Amino acid sequence: MTLEAIPQAIDERDTDPSGLLDAAIRRRAGRTLLRLNTCGSVDDGKSTLIGRLLYESKAIYDDQLAVLETDSKKVGTRAGKLDFALLLDGLSAEREQGITIDVSYRFFSTENRNFIVADTPGHEQYTRNMATGASTADLSIILLDARKGVLTQTRRHSFLVSLLGIQHVVLVVNKMDLVDYSEEVFKTIEADYRKFAAQLELPAITCIPVCAVDGDNVTSPSERMPWYHGPSLMELLDNIEVDESRLLGSPFRFPVQWVNRPHLDFRGFTGTIVAGKVNKGETVRVLPSGRQSTVARIVTADGDLEQAIVGQSITLTLADEVDVSRGDMIVPADQPAEVADAFEATVIWMSESPLLPGRNYLMKIGTKVVTATVVPLKHKINVNTLERTAAAKLDLNEIGVVNLQLDRPIAFDAYKEIRDTGGFILIDRLSNDTVAAGMLHFALRRAQNVHWQAVDVNKTARSASKGQKPCVLWYTGLSGAGKSSIANMVDKKLHTMHRHGYLLDGDNVRHGLNKDLGFTAADRVENIRRIAEVARLMVDAGLIVSTAFISPFRAEREMARSLLGTGEFIEVFVDTPLHVAEARDPKGLYKKARAGELKNFTGIDSPYEAPENPDLRIDTTTTSPEDAADLVIELLEKRGFLSGP
Amino acid sequence: MNLSHLKRLEAESIHIMREVAAETEKPVMLYSIGKDSGVMLHLARKAFYPAPPPFPLLHVDTTWKFRDMYTMRERMAKESGMELLVYKNPEAIEKGINPFTHGSAVHTDVWKTQGLKQALDKYGFDAAFGGARRDEEKSRAKERVFSFRTAQHRWDPKNQRPELFRLYNTRKQRGESIRVFPLSNWTEFDVWQYIYLENVPIVPLYLSKLRPVVRRDGALLMVDDDRMPLRPGETPMMKKVRFRTLGCYPLTGAVESEAETLAAVIDEMLRARTSEREGRLIDHDAPASMEQKKQEGYF
Repeated sequence: MTLEAIPQAIDERDTDPSGLLDAAIRRRAGRTLLRLNTCGSVDDGKSTLIGRLLYESKAIYDDQLAVLETDSKKVGTRAGKLDFALLLDGLSAEREQGITIDVSYRFFSTENRNFIVADTPGHEQYTRNMATGASTADLSIILLDARKGVLTQTRRHSFLVSLLGIQHVVLVVNKMDLVDYSEEVFKTIEADYRKFAAQLELPAITCIPVCAVDGDNVTSPSERMPWYHGPSLMELLDNIEVDESRLLGSPFRFPVQWVNRPHLDFRGFTGTIVAGKVNKGETVRVLPSGRQSTVARIVTADGDLEQAIVGQSITLTLADEVDVSRGDMIVPADQPAEVADAFEATVIWMSESPLLPGRNYLMKIGTKVVTATVVPLKHKINVNTLERTAAAKLDLNEIGVVNLQLDRPIAFDAYKEIRDTGGFILIDRLSNDTVAAGMLHFALRRAQNVHWQAVDVNKTARSASKGQKPCVLWYTGLSGAGKSSIANMVDKKLHTMHRHGYLLDGDNVRHGLNKDLGFTAADRVENIRRIAEVARLMVDAGLIVSTAFISPFRAEREMARSLLGTGEFIEVFVDTPLHVAEARDPKGLYKKARAGELKNFTGIDSPYEAPENPDLRIDTTTTSPEDAADLVIELLEKRGFLSGP
Repeated sequence: MNLSHLKRLEAESIHIMREVAAETEKPVMLYSIGKDSGVMLHLARKAFYPAPPPFPLLHVDTTWKFRDMYTMRERMAKESGMELLVYKNPEAIEKGINPFTHGSAVHTDVWKTQGLKQALDKYGFDAAFGGARRDEEKSRAKERVFSFRTAQHRWDPKNQRPELFRLYNTRKQRGESIRVFPLSNWTEFDVWQYIYLENVPIVPLYLSKLRPVVRRDGALLMVDDDRMPLRPGETPMMKKVRFRTLGCYPLTGAVESEAETLAAVIDEMLRARTSEREGRLIDHDAPASMEQKKQEGYF
């Protein structure tokens, strides 16, 4: 289990005449890699276990050991004995709090294998960290305290591990010393766990009784537990099959990262093979376009290859001039991935601001970035009980099953089959944060079968007959700011100019189309989504549409903008300070909100995110509605909306 | 038929570099001439082969590197066909900041930390590759591959994005920049093995040779030029030494060694019982000194 020392070429090191050194280095370089993650809390002795693995495999140097000895005496919890947990707690803030708060990566090796351990904390609020660590792991170690047995957190960890499709789970029953190394205790825990795990998709489970503090069954068999005949933890890690072997048998998948074009005679498509293998001369298909060609060359800096396999980063050239760009996927012509634009998926929510159905997120999958909308959130899953419940939103660390609608089709595989063509992240468009990890299940048939009905009379033809160009005047501002008054006046002016407008008013829409919606953040998002869709259809009909809604969230206004053609979305910010709007209070709503009779009222207990760069800003403290309407008409004239195309 | 550990690391680093080239506006590779930089440059050339890497090299110079390092720098710039930018903090030049008069902390802060920030601002780079590895030091173990810095170049360890699967979220706000560490998952040993197997050029100082050194504050310092003031009673002695890491020569301790070839260095490493950072004087200031420096913008 210790590092293999290279046989010493005694006198003639310079030349290594026996080639022993060279052979030893090459043998080491041929080791495989296993990535694992660990789940469990500090109380279960997780840091101690990993610290011990590092120590036993000689991954700790003397100077680090000296620091550990000092630290163990100073802040250790082992009465001056070596406290291996201290090896792992990296950031000073964490050391002071005595908890691990993030994902950290550790390295150790045996004679056969190198290991990368993602150490992830087990506290409830850190589901996100655990999912992160598990997303690249071949194997998960789930740790529990023999005195406590299978706890809620054990179930939670196992569920996450199964969601992320980990192939091997090792249940480490730690602190056997505190239950007198009892076989009976271990057997009961093992039976409990296997019973629970039967509900999950966990392909392989091994249970090991351990005492991490003293090293029993960590690297070598324990004399104190002669009744256990299975492998020690290290022995197991050393011999288990890695996930890449499984993926080698999958169909070839190659998401294109970068088109390499140093000169006119070379056009290479670079990327990492995420599944299967490819041969020179093989017939391939480019998705989503579906065009076919054959592999002309497999280029690497070390020379061309005849075949390349999963895990390799290579450059392909094709025999034909086909259009390929970043985000496309190259696949075997006879085993293509599916192409779709709507999916069912599981998402793990990782952001403080909740997932709201109807809101737009960026989705990165493989090398492609698309826009995704959650419609609808089907249910959320209680990570402790696996119970499914209906939900209007997902909060931080919650897990839900959703339908996703994308703005264009992508090539994919079910996450269960191939991790890298079915796993994705969602990104918030404004904060740019990674807000979710997701796993695609399957394409929704509906999306493949519902096509846009092609029509002969189009938008241009319809608007031309009215001598105008269609657009949406999107009025936004606080309740009582004057949006409806101004929009109404603009609509009248358009009418007298013989232009065809239509006013979608907030209150009116809520009486009909949106009467099923309330005023929670989730409902507000859906409210705006429907209005934006209606406005889009009306623009297609050739109309100049005015919408007068508070529309408090920037993200929804951006979504509405993204539904329309360039320049067709005109944001009019009716800027009225809160105290002015509240003083006007034309419908008496502010009074009610202040009295607590109206919940989620914008400006009072729900935020208003003002536009950063509106097309037009109207200060209603200095501009009358009449003048404001003129400003809007002026803008429409200036931008050519009031004359034909 | 699995890929070996090293081949997987190589493929992962190449993947990361291509993502940066594809998704950022103006990337740069920080080149410090050390072994990690050498491996990183080698990987970059592989990633974009047959084209040269689509970004320049940037060396934030302190003027106090070993002479062998400057020779190496020029050689690699020429060989790679990449543009080499050298930046020296003008304020440090003007004040003559050096490790002897000003101490290691001030020297490192003004030349390297401030110099790096100035250089990134001057050229407007929005992504910078660095050769840091997670096994180097505790606070690095939690560093992301893509590490976001504010417009003031500060690092916030509490506010890092999760990195899932092979997916890197490279989106950033205006003014923010990314430090990218393609060697995150490499260990010191992996680096040496790779250098050996791939014939990656390295500065000769990594191999043992008779060199003039003095023993000072417990470390062996090489007298690389006549700018090094000798203390009373100090006379340079010739010792067979090599370096495990390379930085500014007055701040980098040598180790006594017989290893004159790469294979011998690797052999010694396997028997070694101390970590490479021991030779770096910067880490010894305070237990969490590295993390502090990172928050301030040190690479």
